Amino acid sequence: MSALLEVRSLSKSFGGLQAVKDLSFDVSEGEIVALIGPNGAGKTTVFALLSGFLEPDAGEIALRGRSIVGLKPHAICALGLARTFQIVRPFPHLSVLRNVMVGALARHPEPREAAARAEAVLVEVGLEARRAQAASGLTLAERKRLELARALATEPAVLLLDEVMAGLNAAETERIVELVLGINRRGVAIVLIEHVMRAVMSLSRRIVVINYGERIAEGVPDAVANDPRVIEAYLGDTAEG
Amino acid sequence: MTLPRVLLAAALAVLLVLPALPSLFGSYAVTVFTLIFFYGFLGQAWNIIGGYAGQLSAGHAAFVGVGAYAAAVLSQDAGLTPWIGMLVGGLLSAALGAVIGYLGFRFGLRGFYFVLLTVAFAELCRLVASNVDAIGGALGYYITFTGNPRHFQFQDSRAYYYIALGFMLLATGVVALIERRRFGMYLTAIREDESACEALGVDTFRVKLLAMVVSSFLTGMGGTFYAFYLFSLQPSTVFGIPLSVEIVIRPIVGGAGTLLGPIVGSFILSPLAELSRAYFAKGGWIGGHLVVYGLLLILVVLFLPQGAYPWLVKLGGGRFLGGGLRPPSDTSPQDGAGKAGARSGPS
Repeated sequence: MSALLEVRSLSKSFGGLQAVKDLSFDVSEGEIVALIGPNGAGKTTVFALLSGFLEPDAGEIALRGRSIVGLKPHAICALGLARTFQIVRPFPHLSVLRNVMVGALARHPEPREAAARAEAVLVEVGLEARRAQAASGLTLAERKRLELARALATEPAVLLLDEVMAGLNAAETERIVELVLGINRRGVAIVLIEHVMRAVMSLSRRIVVINYGERIAEGVPDAVANDPRVIEAYLGDTAEG
Repeated sequence: MTLPRVLLAAALAVLLVLPALPSLFGSYAVTVFTLIFFYGFLGQAWNIIGGYAGQLSAGHAAFVGVGAYAAAVLSQDAGLTPWIGMLVGGLLSAALGAVIGYLGFRFGLRGFYFVLLTVAFAELCRLVASNVDAIGGALGYYITFTGNPRHFQFQDSRAYYYIALGFMLLATGVVALIERRRFGMYLTAIREDESACEALGVDTFRVKLLAMVVSSFLTGMGGTFYAFYLFSLQPSTVFGIPLSVEIVIRPIVGGAGTLLGPIVGSFILSPLAELSRAYFAKGGWIGGHLVVYGLLLILVVLFLPQGAYPWLVKLGGGRFLGGGLRPPSDTSPQDGAGKAGARSGPS
């Protein structure tokens, strides 16, 4: 069986620092996979490798069986893999609608169609009331949703979400969880990096845990949460015995 | 009717009046207006790469020079009419623009480094032109006056007025078209955040390169006007940094990345330059107008960082989102005014 996204023996180091080491995992059609690990574990580096912003030193990444290693980010996006940025990067002086349109133009070169598509996405993420505002005037929660909306507007098969819930309150987090589930129900596979464990547990069917760039555990949420290696990675080395 | 529409209507009215003006004006006023249009044109051409795409080229004189020398030399030495030489000059400039763009964008030069690259190429052109005797070397290249329209030469200076006006309208039409298409939307987005664009499927390298090629092509065409308006080309002037500054400063003062910014900027600066040049020259203060430029630029950066045009729009109660983005009612084709959250401008 070939998965939608296959990652094999991925490695990347910066100088002497091995950020990602021999990492392998799969994402199947319509799946939600969480990528978790302590700060500095290499999660965001993995996203940068998958989306073409960084090139791996070794390893293979295949989308629908086609290698995407060495492709530019825009080409990878065209093949159906979109990402959000952990530090949101809206186009601050452009309107919310225009922000999303830039994503929609990838599949709809005609501005009129792209605008219609962007409107639909804004309704889906609940930002339609902000459509005419400059993106710089949005709250953090709204910016996170805008980040999501833009990526969604490129109509991806796989969506990489980098901490879209960080810094949000409980109610806002709940809304994003609902939104992500809704997107997933339409058949979009999702890989998410997240520190909000409640969200990770309720969203993902499978969790990949990495530490120092290496996969230390993988499995269903409950199993992973009770894995001693995971607990050790998060809480530190416990005393012997 | 929203304010930008009022401004647009006003602009149209002005356009209708402009063709009639030379019959009312004295020759000095015709000259000043010719310069307003020509620098407005150059500013508009620069606006594509510098304003919309936000890639600050400070070497656009290189394209004027290449276009000017190409058309002049082809006309004088090969008998090719400058009306065609103009296209050849444009193409050569576009080729040069492609080389500069390729080097700059392929190797990811941003900000100051791109500025330096463009300046370096303009200087390189200046040195080459100064040392090739076939095109006059450092002494310059002189065009024999024939007064024949086929040679892009006119007895009546009002002809230059109309041609410069035509150039400005042409470039503005090109920019207006670009603005409404995916290409233009990508340009403004690239100016805002290039990495985010890449993530959203924008081939930023190709888009920037295309912007550079279109911009340098238009600028190169302007070289023909430059050559046959002045009848002499000096490498240190036509490829010089001062000309590059003249090109850049108008759109910045008027509003870089906006459709009317370069024109507004030229209407402010060109007469000012002309008058202060004449005034300072009388007092023996050659170059004094550059001091005026400097002061004006400081004032604009301090008080109107987006330029004069966005300020005019806001002054009238309209809203302006960033350079290049017109108020919301104009952002999307089927934008209905007054939807929730969208405060529309006064009608």
